[in-house]
Amino acid sequence: MHTVPQIKAIEDAQLRKVPAFRVGDTVVVHFRIREGNNERVQKFQGVVIRRKGAGLRETFTVRKISFRIGVERIFPVHSPRIERIEVTARGHVRRAKLYYLRDLQGKKARLRASTRHGAEAALRALSEDNSGGQSKRRKKRGKKRKASAKNAE
Amino acid sequence: MNTSLGLIGKKVGNTQVFTDDGEIRRVTVVEAGPCTVVGKRTVAKHGYSAIQLGFGVKKTTTRPVAGQFSHVEAGVPEVVREFRLPAEKVDGYEVGQQLKASEIFEEGGFVDVCATSKGRGFTGVMKRHNFAGYKATHGAHEYQRHGGSIGMNMTPGRVFKGKKMAGQHGNKRVTVMSLKVVKVMDEEGIVMVKGSVPGPRGGVVTIRQAAKKAKKANA
Repeated sequence: MHTVPQIKAIEDAQLRKVPAFRVGDTVVVHFRIREGNNERVQKFQGVVIRRKGAGLRETFTVRKISFRIGVERIFPVHSPRIERIEVTARGHVRRAKLYYLRDLQGKKARLRASTRHGAEAALRALSEDNSGGQSKRRKKRGKKRKASAKNAE
Repeated sequence: MNTSLGLIGKKVGNTQVFTDDGEIRRVTVVEAGPCTVVGKRTVAKHGYSAIQLGFGVKKTTTRPVAGQFSHVEAGVPEVVREFRLPAEKVDGYEVGQQLKASEIFEEGGFVDVCATSKGRGFTGVMKRHNFAGYKATHGAHEYQRHGGSIGMNMTPGRVFKGKKMAGQHGNKRVTVMSLKVVKVMDEEGIVMVKGSVPGPRGGVVTIRQAAKKAKKANA
């Protein structure tokens, strides 16, 4: 963060409200791209493998596997081109930077769902923020997950 | 010579801003003005035409200096700089007039920024002139950061003038030309220019309309 008050004011004015996602989360980034004169929203779904920097300069990297090829994309967290960031899953991770995922493939490259205290509730709150209520499918899935958790006990 | 009007200001620091397109611009924030016209130079009296601008207010001053600026209501300025202007333009300004950044600079325009660069002291040729140095291995001994030969033998029998050698680096007046104005903030008197500006944070800079761009526009 900047310590010069004038610059801090300039930077703070540009900060946007961003959902609290962490490294290991699966996100869908709705990114506005321009093609000629047209503007459309492109979705980029994948795992957040890095958050870097602070304040206005913060960026995050999303990794996904597209047609068996790993693709990583770096977004500025506060970019006005990001329409919204949707958090679809929270991963259980023990690293701040998930570079090890680059060396893994297929089943090994999965992340365990986070069991962090309140992680599910937070996720639910986020998805409600984002999409204005849960979809039926997601609700069902949530129920199923809960049921299976009970069974496991 | 740049004969367009400018302001005295202070370098605040660097940051980045998002444009309307969502692109990132690395900018330098300059607090430009407000400046007071503290004097005029005319061809008839001084042999050249310019206006003298004052920036900031000195907290303490000596009486001789106070006397020099007794005609300025705002007080004794911290910095005084002259801006060479065509005679007819100088006539358009009154002593005591205040100049603001938003009156002179506009977004999308170009400016030249002039300041004293950070001093680096007596510096070797690698840092000062980007020389490559010498190899570290293959028997090279105590010659890694040297500049090599500085000339020929009997002919010419001397070292050419302007030969790049070690010496004082920085702490020198530097002008960066044709920087794009990304944003002008009227209330704060802040001008954001794309790219970097010489000098430390808090250093005094002069910022004026770009000379080269003005020439092109007139041609």
